[in-house]
Amino acid sequence: MTAESAPAVARRDPASIARTAAAALTPPVRNALAELLLTMADDEFVSGFTDSEWTGIAPILEEDVAISSIAQDELGHARALYELLAGVLDDGRDADAIAYDREPEDYRHARLLDEPRGDWADTIARRFLYELADEARLASIGDGFPPLSELVAKLRREERYHRMHLVTWIDRLVRGGDDARARLEKALAWAGADAATVFTPLAGERSLIQAGILTRSLAEAEAAWRADLTAILVPLGLAVPPESTPSSSGRTEHSDAFRWLWGEFTAVRRLDPEAVW
Amino acid sequence: MIETAVGGRKAIGRSDTGRRVGPDEVRTALDSVPDPEIPSVSIVELGMIGDVEVAADGIRVELLPTFVGCPALEVIRNAIEARLAGFGLAVAVDVSFATPWSSDRISPAGREKLRQSGFAPPPPARPGRALPIVDIASPVAAVICPYCGSARTTLDNAFGPTQCRSIRHCEDCRQPFEAFKPI
Repeated sequence: MTAESAPAVARRDPASIARTAAAALTPPVRNALAELLLTMADDEFVSGFTDSEWTGIAPILEEDVAISSIAQDELGHARALYELLAGVLDDGRDADAIAYDREPEDYRHARLLDEPRGDWADTIARRFLYELADEARLASIGDGFPPLSELVAKLRREERYHRMHLVTWIDRLVRGGDDARARLEKALAWAGADAATVFTPLAGERSLIQAGILTRSLAEAEAAWRADLTAILVPLGLAVPPESTPSSSGRTEHSDAFRWLWGEFTAVRRLDPEAVW
Repeated sequence: MIETAVGGRKAIGRSDTGRRVGPDEVRTALDSVPDPEIPSVSIVELGMIGDVEVAADGIRVELLPTFVGCPALEVIRNAIEARLAGFGLAVAVDVSFATPWSSDRISPAGREKLRQSGFAPPPPARPGRALPIVDIASPVAAVICPYCGSARTTLDNAFGPTQCRSIRHCEDCRQPFEAFKPI
């Protein structure tokens, strides 16, 4: 039977399901959803690429496997979120085009994830703060857009392993002698200053809550994150990052370190846009 | 399992050789498609196949990824299409998260085959729990050594050579081994 005579079972890919579901949304909700998906996807994408820089050079072999696996998870999560975004935007771009064909200033990852890789303590501090923030954000996703809530249910199962791993590392570095503890404290202070940028308010937040896509504001998610952080850091004698007023530029101003990373992760795409695995 | 209703009757596809094709035939066929990373178990035994629909115009198979970022998905999709090509119907393989894959979906036969291949099958993931049983100290984390059967095993690394596996160590036979993650 040739393809011409059997066109009936068109593939239902995540983008086409998202396109259908998004068609039922009002334009303001749809725009707000696109903004939410872009920030979530860019956070996972950029943090995944940054931590993949450790592949081959992590402090110990076991950790080389672990951080590479976490980075692989995050890039996979980014791909799934970009696929939903492609359906919601429905502007002809696929997930790869959204992920790779933007200028550096058009990325919307949080400033927390904009910094260079740094040393191992920097990576652990940044990823610890981010994993807990991401968890608080994922816990804020409601059932208003089923393609997203279904994906999030799956993501949360995977992210539990990231959380466990990072909490273990924080504990290990605190108890690992004066040098390890001092480096961790310095790194937590450095990354902590920008950590709340994950919760940078979205322009369309109110409409997302009304549509049931978010169950609470990002400010409320941030409060839950601070309580979570406090329960882990205080018993270890570590300082909780100070509260800061939300900055509208938390996701829009990028560093030279990110521009370098962008050059790395877009290199193949710019060389050959048709390249496939 | 869903059989698509068409015209008030359950539709059953027919292959171009006139052979009856229903969801059971499709599942049986897919049970011979190996997982690309652990070829001793099939994608059916791993619980990666969700709904199967057969209509007069084609076969639709729901594929549930073990992990969202599983790099083997395209390979599995191609293998499904190749395996079902003999039915002579169009085939659509839909990646879906509507039912999140859990290690609890692995069949008893799949668990036994994993063990025989040196992979410890996962303890129950128990959906709804705040955390799966993965911490080192937990006494309920009864992961049995696939080599000697000892329950005295410890977690070396929650992350292994693929996203769905972790690395453990047996205190009795001193053998490191891979275990399927409960998720």
